[in-house]
Amino acid sequence: MGSALSVLTQYDIEEVQEHCNHLFTQQEIVTLYKRFCQLDRNSKGFISSDEFLSVPEFAMNPLSQRLLKMTDGLNFKDFVAFLSAFSARATVQQKIEIIFKVYDSDSNGKVTFKDLIEVLQDLSGAFISDKQREEVLSQLLQEAGYKKESSLMLDDFIKILDHQGLKMEVEIPVD
Amino acid sequence: MNKLNTSSSELDLDRPNIEDYLPSGSIQEPHGELRLRDLLDISPTLTEAAGAIVDDSFTRCFKSNPPEPWNWNIYLFPLWCLGVVVRYMILFPLRVMVLMLGWIVFLSCYFPVHFLLTGQEKLRKRLERGLVELICSFFVASWTGVVKYHGPRPSMRPKQVFVANHTSMIDFIVLEQMTAFAVIMQKHPGWVEAKDREIVARKLREHVHGADNNPLLIFPEGTCVNNHYTVMFKKGAFELGCTVCPIAVKYNKIFVDAFWNSRKQSFTTHLLQLMTSWAVVCDVWYLEPQNLKPGETAIEFAERVRDIISVRAGLKKVPWDGYLKYSRPSPKHREQKQQSFAESILRRLEEK
Repeated sequence: MGSALSVLTQYDIEEVQEHCNHLFTQQEIVTLYKRFCQLDRNSKGFISSDEFLSVPEFAMNPLSQRLLKMTDGLNFKDFVAFLSAFSARATVQQKIEIIFKVYDSDSNGKVTFKDLIEVLQDLSGAFISDKQREEVLSQLLQEAGYKKESSLMLDDFIKILDHQGLKMEVEIPVD
Repeated sequence: MNKLNTSSSELDLDRPNIEDYLPSGSIQEPHGELRLRDLLDISPTLTEAAGAIVDDSFTRCFKSNPPEPWNWNIYLFPLWCLGVVVRYMILFPLRVMVLMLGWIVFLSCYFPVHFLLTGQEKLRKRLERGLVELICSFFVASWTGVVKYHGPRPSMRPKQVFVANHTSMIDFIVLEQMTAFAVIMQKHPGWVEAKDREIVARKLREHVHGADNNPLLIFPEGTCVNNHYTVMFKKGAFELGCTVCPIAVKYNKIFVDAFWNSRKQSFTTHLLQLMTSWAVVCDVWYLEPQNLKPGETAIEFAERVRDIISVRAGLKKVPWDGYLKYSRPSPKHREQKQQSFAESILRRLEEK
C-alpha cells in the first residue's frame, strides 16, 4: 500500500484484511483508517512517536515507551496487524504473543529475568524498591518452577498466562 | 518488609480525579494469592493503551465534524452551484462593505468621544461601550450571524465575572454584541507566567470589584473546542471571590461549522469561510449566577459551573486539560497508575 492514500478502495481494504488474518471486519478497517489519518497529521504514511504521544491517554500509559518501539514507523497495513491482537476475534494465543513481544525488547525470542524486571519497573515505578521487585519476581518464578537464570520462551508464556480470565479486547467504533 | 516507597513528586490533591472519568471496566481489582501469572499479565495496561490508540476522548474534542453535504444529486447540485455564486459574488462583497462601513463609523466616533469627553467619565464610558457593541454588531452582520439570546441580559454589577465555553474567536464577538465585556483568556500556565500570576490575579480582583469597569468575560477552557465537548475549566476565574455568571454558547451547524480548528486552517481562512457561508446560527444562554458554596474548593466550583454550561448547551464533558494540545500530560497521572499497581501487588503479597 505504500504511503497513505486519502481514499481507501475496496481492494485496499481487502488487502489489509488479508494481512491481519481477517481479525477485523471491513467496517472496522474503515474506522481504523479514519483514525490513522487523524493521528498522522501531515499524511506521511505512518504515525510518528510524537503523534502517538499527543493522545494524552496513551502518553499516560506506563508501557507507552515499549509500545512506541513496536509501533514506530508502521504503515497502515502493519498498524492494523499490530492492533489485530486486540480484536475480539483474536485467539488467546495471539494475545499472549503480543504480550511476549512487549517483554522481549530485543526480539530474540527469549525473555530474561532482566526483561521481566524492566517491565515491572515500568508498571510500578518508584512505588516498589528494586530489591523488593527482584525478590517478589524470584519467589514467584521459583514457585512456578522456573529458575531465575533461565529465560522464558513463548511456550512458557502461553503456559503461564493461558487461562479463562485473559481478556484483552478493544472495541472499534463503527458508524 | 512491605513498605511502600512514596514518590518524590507530591500528588496534586486539588485536581479532579481523572480516574473517575476514564473507562476502567477492564481493570477489575484482582484478589487471591499472588502468582507468577498476575505479575506477568500486562493485558489490562495494554488494553488501555490500545484503546487510546483506537479512539480517545481528548482528540475527539478537537475534531471538526463538518455538516453533511446535501448537494449530491442532479437536482440539488445546480441549486448548490447557484448558491455558491450568490454567496461569493453577492453576499461576500456586501459583507465586506458592511464591515468597512462599520469600522469607519466606529473609528470616526470612538476617537472624538475618547479624547473630547475627558471631563465626563460616566457618559464617555457609556458611549464607548455602545460603540464597541455597535462594531461587534457589524462583525456579526458580516457573517450574517443569527443569534438567539436566552435568559436575562447580564446587568452591570461589581463583583461578578462571566464565564463561557469556547468554540471560536467569534464567541467573544457574539457575546460582546450584547454587552461590552473586558475579555481575558486563561493562558498557560495560569493567567500569565507563574511569577506574575499573583499580580494578575490581584489586578483582576480589583477590576471585578470596581463598580464602573466593564464586566469581565473569561473563557476558562483556555482553548477552542469543537462545540460537542467541554474540556476542564481552569480554576483561576473561580478564585476571584465573586459571583460567577455562566454563559452557554451552542452553534448550529446547519450552514457552517463555527469551530476554528487551528490545526487545520489559519484564522483568515476560517474567517473567509464564515463570510462566504449563508449564516452563522447560534444560541446563547445566560444562566443563573453561581456562588462558591461553603466547603467547596475552587476546582469543584469550576466543575459545577462546567456541568451547568454543558447540560444547557448539550455538550459532553471530558476530563482533559485543553493545554494538552500543546504539551504532554504531567507524570503524576502515570505515577498514580504505577502506585495503584504497586499497592495491589504488595497487598496480595501480604495475603500469602
